[in-house]
Amino acid sequence: MRALLIIPTVFILVTVVFIVMRATGDPITAKLGDKLPPAQLAEAIHNAGYDRPWIVQYVEYLGQIFTGNFGTTGDNRPVVEILVTYGTATLELAFYALVVAFIVGIPLGMVAAYVRDRWGDAVLRVFAILCYATPVFFAGMLLKLVFSVWLGVLPVAGRASTGSELEMQFLPFSTGIYTIDAFLTGDPAVIGDVLRHAVLPAIALGLLTAGVFLRLVRTNVIGTLSTDYVDAARSRGVAERRLVTKHAYRPALIPIVTVIGLQIALLLGGAVLTETTFEWKGLGFMLAEFLKARDFAAVQGIVAMLAVIVALTNFVVDIIAALIDPRVRY
Amino acid sequence: MTATTATSATAGAVPKRRLRDRLPVVHQLRQSVGLQRGMLVAGLVITGLFILTAIFAPLLAPYGFAQLRGEDGAFGSQQAPSAEHPFGTTVGGYDVLSRVIWGAQTALLVIIVAVIASIIAGVLLGLVSGYFGGWFDRVLVVVCDAIYAFPSLLLAIALSIMISGGQSSLWGGILAAALSITVVFIPQYFRVIRAETVRIKAEAYVESAKVLGASNGRIMFRHVLRNATRTLPLIFTLNSSEAILTLAGLGFLGFGIEPTAAAEWGYDLNKALSDVTSGIWWTSLYPGLAIVLAVLGITLVGESLNDLADPRLRGRRRVAQAAGQVAETSVVPGGTLSAGPGGLDGLENGESFDEHGIEVKR
Repeated sequence: MRALLIIPTVFILVTVVFIVMRATGDPITAKLGDKLPPAQLAEAIHNAGYDRPWIVQYVEYLGQIFTGNFGTTGDNRPVVEILVTYGTATLELAFYALVVAFIVGIPLGMVAAYVRDRWGDAVLRVFAILCYATPVFFAGMLLKLVFSVWLGVLPVAGRASTGSELEMQFLPFSTGIYTIDAFLTGDPAVIGDVLRHAVLPAIALGLLTAGVFLRLVRTNVIGTLSTDYVDAARSRGVAERRLVTKHAYRPALIPIVTVIGLQIALLLGGAVLTETTFEWKGLGFMLAEFLKARDFAAVQGIVAMLAVIVALTNFVVDIIAALIDPRVRY
Repeated sequence: MTATTATSATAGAVPKRRLRDRLPVVHQLRQSVGLQRGMLVAGLVITGLFILTAIFAPLLAPYGFAQLRGEDGAFGSQQAPSAEHPFGTTVGGYDVLSRVIWGAQTALLVIIVAVIASIIAGVLLGLVSGYFGGWFDRVLVVVCDAIYAFPSLLLAIALSIMISGGQSSLWGGILAAALSITVVFIPQYFRVIRAETVRIKAEAYVESAKVLGASNGRIMFRHVLRNATRTLPLIFTLNSSEAILTLAGLGFLGFGIEPTAAAEWGYDLNKALSDVTSGIWWTSLYPGLAIVLAVLGITLVGESLNDLADPRLRGRRRVAQAAGQVAETSVVPGGTLSAGPGGLDGLENGESFDEHGIEVKR
């Protein structure tokens, strides 16, 4: 039942993107409307097939999506190629961000539950709200200012310095994921360089999710702390700290798995902003570039593709949640 | 309107409580204690400052948001903070302090338009969908779940391309940003109101109204809606903060409002991006802090309201008593889909539910 729901979800998202992007007109007018004389413009629109009834275009569009064709960019590169070329960078960034979120969010959430309703709790909760309230690009700019410009300890932008990128290009087999590539070169300087470049973007994006994890863990641990089995353990004289770290936190982690699914959407949205801030050449950076160039066909393709990715990830996360928690059955 | 009806579900007992006690925030402020009260008060103060700044921006700001020159010539570009320009000037030669103050006005306008539009649309859809059920309901639920799972910023980008073609004047920009945010938020209101409607539909007083011959419209708006708005102030605050962030995100990606039409914090941060590398901190710090403060204030209020409404988090007896009876609400996707197998049609033919919620045939 649940598995079948993914088909309408993808279908609806793709349809929404189509309607939204087509409702105002065609990508060609949007891009060249003020540059070409009307006759040439009409011809370009006709050649691209944008003057046909929208239902025809829609069916054709669905057919294309179904066969994995998300359209082409203004300079005739398939959008799927953009995904293959730049997707790995976004994947890498999202992975590092999740690592930061786990390291920061989960322990702090447990601490907040342990000291609940005292000032330490209030400080941590305000911290969690600050994580949410700070736009990733502002966090990124502050981190850049402090660590790159004033202290000069970390690089300002990019995924690696030119030297490291050159060295990685000579690899016989390259994954596009710089961390793996760097280890493949076996050069400690390259590994260090790649990791140093990832620190600030990962923190900027990771803190956003860390705040969510902190709140979630806190709420759930407090919830489990008042259950019967924890009361039983407490009455046997188990220390409060041990109750939090041993008894209450494990069931509290289950909702996190489910929430990660929703976080993927947040992370992708945040990745667009983080990548723009740090010139991290991933999907989000490219999306912003296409937006700037008013290449709306490419934007539409990337957005539709991301929609499919989000739907698929949510689906996988749902299955994982069902595997972890025996109470969840679809 | 939502403000006064919001607590009527909890205030159901006769005699009717005074208006002062039924206003959502005042009520919560009275029931809060200790740290919780501190967070709520801090949030209210910051939010109040934000709103006042927005309203009195023309009086507070030393210069106009698009002003490039004062009495003694042009401001100059990227000037460090000084007596004339306490927050310095931007790369475009605008006064940072003035743009930060005027930016509050833009943000407030966008919040108002976006949240009101999404409340109206979301509440109406949720009410109709939950009350009548059927295939329309099912389709809407799936559509809303799909939109809800989608990165809101990407959706807002797609929508703002559609609405404005990417760039616009003050009202064009505000409307584009606000409507983009609206579409993203509709599913949230829809889900909450729909879940409440499905629950309330099965309550005895709705059945009584039906027996008395009340029309569907009257039941929906008088009996169901007035009791389903309990959670709205909470979503309202959370959405307001998200609206500011989405607006800033759009502005940062260059989808904002032209600098000559209005001041927008995200746009200013976009322009400040290259300043950071050369160590110019004042162009990014102040607009960024403005966003953080505005969102922080509103979120503090929302979080506190949330905690006070959730008995698990409240955890103090005195507060629990003051909160009164609160029915279970589910906003989880895939929750209860319909109250009766036949929906409303099944009921109108004289069927009803007994006190255990089991359907009773004539």
